[in-house]
This record gives sequence, C-alpha cells and structure tokens, in this order.
Amino acid sequence: MHPETGYIAFVKEDCPTCQLIVPALTQLATAQSPLIIYSQDTLEFLEPVAAAQRIYDSTLETSFRHAIETVPTLLKIENGQETSRIIGWSKPEWQAFTQQPTLGQDLPEWRPGCGAKNEDPQFKDQLMLRYGNVKLTARTIEVSDAEDEIEACFARGWSDGFPIVPPTPLRVYRMLQGTTRSAEEILGHLPHNHAPVSIEKVAINAVMAGCKPEYLPVVIAAVEGACDPKYGLRAFMASTWFSAPVVVVSGPITKKIGMESGFSAFGAGNRANATIGRALNLVVRNVGEVKPGAVARSTFGNPGRYSFCFAENENDTAWQSIAQERGVPLGESAVTLLTGDGVQPIGDERSRTPESLVISLAMGLKAVYHHKWNLDADVILAVSPEHSRVFENAGWSKAMLRDALESKLQLETKTMIKGVGGCTEGLDPAYAAANPIVSKFLPGGIQLIRVGSNAGLYSAVISCWPSGGESGTQPVTRLIGT
Amino acid sequence: MQLLDPTNEIQPALRPGTKRPASLAGLTIGFLDIAKTRGDVFLDSLQQQFAALGLVVKRYAKPTYAHPAPIALQQQIALDCDVVVEALAD
Repeated sequence: MHPETGYIAFVKEDCPTCQLIVPALTQLATAQSPLIIYSQDTLEFLEPVAAAQRIYDSTLETSFRHAIETVPTLLKIENGQETSRIIGWSKPEWQAFTQQPTLGQDLPEWRPGCGAKNEDPQFKDQLMLRYGNVKLTARTIEVSDAEDEIEACFARGWSDGFPIVPPTPLRVYRMLQGTTRSAEEILGHLPHNHAPVSIEKVAINAVMAGCKPEYLPVVIAAVEGACDPKYGLRAFMASTWFSAPVVVVSGPITKKIGMESGFSAFGAGNRANATIGRALNLVVRNVGEVKPGAVARSTFGNPGRYSFCFAENENDTAWQSIAQERGVPLGESAVTLLTGDGVQPIGDERSRTPESLVISLAMGLKAVYHHKWNLDADVILAVSPEHSRVFENAGWSKAMLRDALESKLQLETKTMIKGVGGCTEGLDPAYAAANPIVSKFLPGGIQLIRVGSNAGLYSAVISCWPSGGESGTQPVTRLIGT
Repeated sequence: MQLLDPTNEIQPALRPGTKRPASLAGLTIGFLDIAKTRGDVFLDSLQQQFAALGLVVKRYAKPTYAHPAPIALQQQIALDCDVVVEALAD
C-alpha cells in the first residue's frame, strides 16, 4: 500500500489548512512520485485526488504508528522508510521538499496546521493501549454487555459498600500515567496472605476508588507504608477493636492535588481526601483479602474503614508538620500512616493561655479507652489553628506541648484499681502497688497534627489501636515520589 | 466490557456457585414454583419425598414465570429458608 519511494500525507477535513492545500495535494498526486493521502475524518474533501490514493485512517492506527502530531504532515519515503517530514503549510518548504517548483503556486505562502486527531485526548490513550507497547498483566474479567458494570463489581465482592468506578484497561492505563514507576514494580506484601502488591494492582484499586491519576503517587506511598511490618496492619485489622488506617498527607503535594486541610478535612466532600484513603482500604480489601467477618474481626468497625485521609494544615504556622517531626525535609511531601478509632471532640473556647488550654486537652486525652486504662499506645491529637495559635503565640513548640501533656497524663494508679468506684474494670492491685504513677500513653506517643479550618476553638482526640510500640502498631512515614 | 482484576488473583476468575450443604437435616427448605405449567406437580412429588425423610418444606410461588420473582418474595424466601428448590417444567 505504501510507496517504496514517494510521499505520504496526513490530513483531516476539520483542518482549514488541509482543505486549503487540496489543490497542492492533487498536483502532487499526479506528479511522478507516488503519493498516498491518509485522512483522519472524511475522504470527500479530497475528491479531486484519485480514489486509490485516498485512504480513510478510520482507526487512526496509521497516524498513531507514524506519530503524527499535526495535520497536514507530509512524509518523504525512501526505500520504504521515512527519511524526513514537514508539517503545516509553507509553500517554499513544500516546493523544495517535493522538488515541485510550481506546487501550490496559487496558495498563500504559509498557514499553520492543526492538532492531529490521534493526539486528541479522547483518542490518544485508547490508541496507546491498542497499538502501543503497554503491558498490563492483571487478569482480565469479561463482563457481558447486558450486565451493569457497576453491579458486576459489587457481585464480585470488590466494593467497600459504595459504588466503584469499573476498572477498565483504559482507565487503569490512564491512572498509571500518574506515576513514573513501572506498573510491574512490587511495593511489598500485604496481610493476611502476604500477597505481593504491584503498582498495577494499586492503580486498579485507585481507579475503583475514584482517584485522579495525579493522586496515584500518594496512594503508592500509603500502600508502601501499609506493607511495612512496623505498621502492624494485620494486627489491628484482625482485632476486635475499632481501628482504621489513618492517612495523613504533608507537604506541597497536598495543595497541588487539592487536598483539604481546613473545612471538614476529616470529611466529607473533598475528592482527593476521600479517594486516596478509599484506595488504600480497597487495596487492603482486594489484594490483602482483609474483609469483615473473615480476617477483619472488628466488633463495630469504623466509618474510617471507608476512608480516613486528610492533609495537615501547614498554613501560617511555625509548628513542624508530623512528616518533618519524623525526619522528612521541609519541602518534601510524605504520607504518615497511623491508626484511628474515631473523632472525639475537645471544646475549649475560653482558654487564652497555654497553661489553661493544655489542661483541657489533657482532660480530653485522659478519657480515651477507659479512665482506668493506661496503654502502650499512640494517640492522635488534632489541633485546630485557633487552638494552635494559643500555643504558638506564647512560643510553645509542638515538643513543648507534647511534654506538657505527658506530664499531665501521669496517672495515679490507686484510682484505677479493679473495683475502685464500684467498677470491676481496672488495674491489678499488685501492678498498681508496684507502679503508683503510670503514663496514660506510650511515652512520645502523642501525635500532634495541626488540621482544620480557621474558625473553631476545638481540638480532637483520635485514639489509636491500643497496642502501640514494637509489639503492636507504629506510625510509618513514606516519602511521596513521582 | 473487560475489567482488570483488582484482587490477588488467588480465587478463580469464574465465580463458583454457592456452597451446597452437606446435609438437609435441620434446614428450612423453600420450594419456589415459578408458575409454569405442571411445575407444581413436580414440586408436590418432591415435597412428598422430602416429607418422608422428615424434612420441612415451605412453598412459594411466583406470579408469572415471565418475570423475575418480586423483590418482596425474594426477601421473604431469604429470611425464611436455608436452601431453595426452584422448579421448571413443561
């Protein structure tokens, strides 16, 4: 079909320049050098050219394979290979390129071309998937045309209960454009079956969660963290306790992808917050096979098991982010994974000094789990900007606040013994006698996170899974790459 | 339509049918007559044989075989029964 030596032109009727140069194409088609013209839309406007020399590139495959970006494009073919090309219309250039000194002599000197149809965003990815070197290795599931594709996903047990976006190869390919990493790369192994988690599997679940491709690096970092044995995902998800993964995102990426760190940062309404957290939970469900009633044994569960993901509020503050506290350099973005049971508010609208406000916060923290429980556990204290300002204006760093809280959360065990106050729950008397004062939480375990909108003199306690430290679950931070 | 499998692919792609019970003893058995001619004859005969084995059978019927069972009927059967026999006859 293609000439061994000659020219191939790519045009479309939708391009005014292509229409303009039909006389030149007709002239070239009747010259000695063979010419084939591919049209990306219709052939009618090329009627002056002999039918055998006009081809409708209906699938756009030929345009794709020749990497056509602009129409008109004219290729010079020698010995079956393209040796050079020109784009748009420049009369002297076309005349020199074709060695036809009178080519298009009645046409204007110059006209720009138009974008090629195969470069149109609605076609480009489909063409890449169909004809490009794209390797997706996940098993393909056939769904009949008569079946509702969203119901089909429910029926296969892939959903957390909400509708999911059906993970078609095209959507997964587009999702994978959000990262520079290979789809085949294995990020780690997830409980309970130690299944390997590839970036392709993460992308499939991110599609289902409703993520945009630009969220994918955040989801990847979260999944990497979840695979870290230190995080103890298997332990807290298989527990009868309440905990869900909590995903805290810090650094400049939060603004780039439009995450919410202010109004309703914990939900609902922000797509990035909702879908990044959901994607992690769907990976845990589908790749890790952690499903309620099977591996997931929580008595109550937790709305956070749909999604509990937010950005730190790093606006107008001298406080370090949780990522910086955990060694991430300023200017880098990171995900910190914690566990969380739910959001318990602490209101204090009157304290204007750190000394007063810290008492309120400590009282709120003390109430977690049970008044008689002290545990080797972390705890999240979400501090609103109005509350953090009380400390910052007085020169208190996060570390100073943490120290002050810890000193106020040294508990006298004599009030926590079994039976005291008529309540059977409590500490063993011998333990209490040997430990007259205990810490409510793991030393250093109060995780301070500045989040929320600028109006509201509130903070919030989010208790973590009750077993922290090396034998339980530990916070995990991962840099967000590309 | 093609979808890409989001799971670890340990389970077969072709979904297996619901597990059959090892024994019907102690289970509540529903008979759903789809309202096609002589389906009731088949179910009556089956019910006699089940009764001879000491099994408890509850009977249900669709208004017409041409349409799926109404949702309320599906829900009632699911609430009442452990297993269902659905009859088709001509």
